[in-house]
Amino acid sequence: MSNTIIQFQNVSKQYDEDSLVLDDVSFEIERGKFYTLLGPSGCGKTTILRLIAGFTEATKGDIHFNGKKMNHIPANKRQVNTVFQDYALFPHLNVFENVAFGLRIKKMKNSEIKAKVEEALSFVNLSGYGDREIKDMSGGQRQRVAIARAIVNQPEVILLDEPLSALDLKLRYQMQGELRELQRRLGITFIFVTHDQEEALAMSDEIFVLNKGTIQQSGTPNDIYDEPINRFVADFIGESNIVSGTMIQDYLVEFVGKQFTCVDKGMNKNEPVEVVIRPEDLEITSHEQGMLQIKVSSQLFRGVHYEITGNDKDGNEWLVHSTKSVNVDDDIGLKFEPEAIHVMRFDETEEDFDKRLDSYSEGDANEQS
Amino acid sequence: MNNHKLTRNLYMVPYAVWILLFVIAPILLVIYYSFIDIQGNFSFANYEKFFTPVYLKMTLSSFWYAFLITLFSLLVAYPTAYLLTKTKHKQLWLLLIIVPSWINLLLKAYAFIGIFGTYGVANSFLEVIGIGTQQLLFTDFSFIFVSVYIFIPFMILPIFNAIDTINPVLLDAARDLGASKWDTFRRVVFPLTMNGVKSGIQIVFIPALSLFMLTRLIAGNRVITLGTAIEQHFLVTQDWGMGATIAVFLIIAMFLIMFLTSGFRKRGA
Ligand SMILES: Nc1ncnc2c1ncn2[C@@H]1O[C@H](COP(=O)(O)OP(=O)(O)OP(=O)(O)O)[C@@H](O)[C@H]1O
Ligand SMILES: [Mg+2]
Repeated sequence: MSNTIIQFQNVSKQYDEDSLVLDDVSFEIERGKFYTLLGPSGCGKTTILRLIAGFTEATKGDIHFNGKKMNHIPANKRQVNTVFQDYALFPHLNVFENVAFGLRIKKMKNSEIKAKVEEALSFVNLSGYGDREIKDMSGGQRQRVAIARAIVNQPEVILLDEPLSALDLKLRYQMQGELRELQRRLGITFIFVTHDQEEALAMSDEIFVLNKGTIQQSGTPNDIYDEPINRFVADFIGESNIVSGTMIQDYLVEFVGKQFTCVDKGMNKNEPVEVVIRPEDLEITSHEQGMLQIKVSSQLFRGVHYEITGNDKDGNEWLVHSTKSVNVDDDIGLKFEPEAIHVMRFDETEEDFDKRLDSYSEGDANEQS
Repeated sequence: MNNHKLTRNLYMVPYAVWILLFVIAPILLVIYYSFIDIQGNFSFANYEKFFTPVYLKMTLSSFWYAFLITLFSLLVAYPTAYLLTKTKHKQLWLLLIIVPSWINLLLKAYAFIGIFGTYGVANSFLEVIGIGTQQLLFTDFSFIFVSVYIFIPFMILPIFNAIDTINPVLLDAARDLGASKWDTFRRVVFPLTMNGVKSGIQIVFIPALSLFMLTRLIAGNRVITLGTAIEQHFLVTQDWGMGATIAVFLIIAMFLIMFLTSGFRKRGA
C-alpha cells in the first residue's frame, strides 16, 4: 500500500451563504512526515484541520484516510488527535487526568493508564507534574500537556493549530526544536498550522502555502524559498525584491531597463514576467561595477546583517542584506549571480510550474554529460 | 490617600447601616426571643421543646419536601437550560422563561387553585381522557408541583449561565479524544456546570425550607414546613419564643447549606 495517509480530493467548504472558505483543495499527506500549513489569517488553515479532525464536514469533495473515505465519520471515531490553538485543556481536571482523558474513554485499566500517562509526560519533559492543576501551569507547560494528551493515544496523525503562537520568542524557538525532535522520535505524522513563515521553514518536511482558500504552492522549505511560484508566495515567504520584467528569450530576462542572463527558460518570447531576487543574494559593490545602481535611503542594523533599502532611478525599491555597512544617500551598485534571478510567470498553475522546473534540471544533466 | 480612604468609608455607611438594621439586629432579636418562654421568662424550654419528636418530625418533613422540590426543579431545569443554550435566540428564550418569576407568588398560587380545583382545567382534562375528577388541590403532589413551577426559573438561570460560558473548544477537544456525546456530557459539560447547579440548589433549597403561603393555599396545611411553623407560632399561637427558636434552626440550616454548597466550589473553580 502507498505511504499516503490523508488525501483531500477537490474539497470545498462553505459556511452558510458566505463565499468559499476552501476552494477546490487537493493534496496528499504521507505517513511520518512533518507538514506545515502556512498562510495569512483567515485563509482556511484551521478549516482544513477541522475537516481532518471531523469537527466540520466538507461542502464538496472527498477526504480519504488510509484509502477509506471518511467524510461522514464523527470526530470521536477518527485516528487523529488535535493540539488546539489555546490548548483546550479541561480546567476541572489536573494534568494527569487531562492526559488520561482519551485512555479513560477507551476504558483502559488503571495501571495501564498510569504507565502510559507517565510515559507521555516524560516525553514532553513534565514528569512529576501530574498532580498540578492546569491553572498552575505556565503557557509552555500547558502546551506540552496538550501535546502529551494527544500523543498518549498513539494516533496516526497529530494536528497542531498554531500551538506556539501564545509563547514568547525564546520559548517559541525552544519549543520549535522540541516539537520537531518529538515528531522524529515518535514517527507520527504531524500537520502543523502557522502563519509564521520562519517557523514553517525551520520545522517542516513539506509546506503548503495557502491563500484565500486555495493552495498556492507545496514543497520542501528549500523549494518554496528558492523557487516561489508567484508574487504572493515570494512575498509571504521571506523578504524579497519583486520587479516586473520581460522574458526576452531562454536564459535572458530584461528588467529595470537592462538585460540579464538567468537560468530560467521555457517561456514565450517577450513574455511579461515578474522577477524575484532575495535580499541576501544581492552584493554591494561600487557604483560603477554594479549591475544595478541604487541610492541608499535607509539602513537598519539587524544584528547578523544590515538591512539596507534604496531606490533605483525607475523608482523600484531594493532591499539588501549585507554584512557591509553603507551611508545613507550613497550611490552604490548591486551585483548578483544568474542563479539569484528567479523568474515567475503570471497565473501559472503549480503543475506547469513543477514541469518547467523539472525541465531545467534535465537540461543541466544534459549539459553536464 | 487619607482622603481617599475617608470617601470609601463614607460609601460604606449606608451598606453598614442596612446590614446592622435589617440583618444583624433581627438575628440578635430572634436569638433573644428564642430564650424567652411563653410566660416571658428566660429559659431553655423552647430548645427542649424543639428536640421533641413533634418538632423533629416537622423539621425532617420540611427538609424532605425541600429536597424533593429541589430535586425535581433540577431534573427539569438542567435539560431545559441545556437545550436553551443550543437554540438560536437563546437570550430571548431565557427571558421568556424568566419573566414568570417576576409575577407575584400569591398570584401564581391563586391561578393554580383555579387550575387544580374540582372544576378546574386539570380536572376537565382528566374527565375527557376518562380518568375522572380527582382531588388535586391540597395534596402533596400539587404542593410539590406548584413549588417546582415557581422555583424552576431560579434553577435555570445559574445553570444556563454555567453551560453557556463553557468554551466550545473543550467539547471539540473531548470529541477529538474519542468521547461520545454522552461521555462528553458526563466528563466535561456536567463537571464544568457543577457551580451553576450548586448555586441553583442554594437558591431553591433554602427558600423551599421556609415556604409558607403555598403550604396553606395549595397544600391546605397538610404540609408543614419550617416556614409555616414559624408563621403559625408568631401569628396564630402567639408563642414568639418557640417561633424564634425554629427560626434559629432555620438560620443554622441556611448557613450549613451555604457552607456545604460553596465549600466544594473552591476546588472546582
Ligand atoms: N463557523 C464558521 N462560520 C462562518 N464562517 C467561518 C466559520 N469558521 C470560519 N469561518 C470563516 O472561514 C474563513 C477561514 O477561517 P479559518 O479559521 O480556517 O482561518 P485560519 O486560516 O485558521 O485563520 P487564522 O490564522 O486567523 O486562525 C474565515 O474567513 C472565517 O471567517
Ligand atoms: Mg486558525
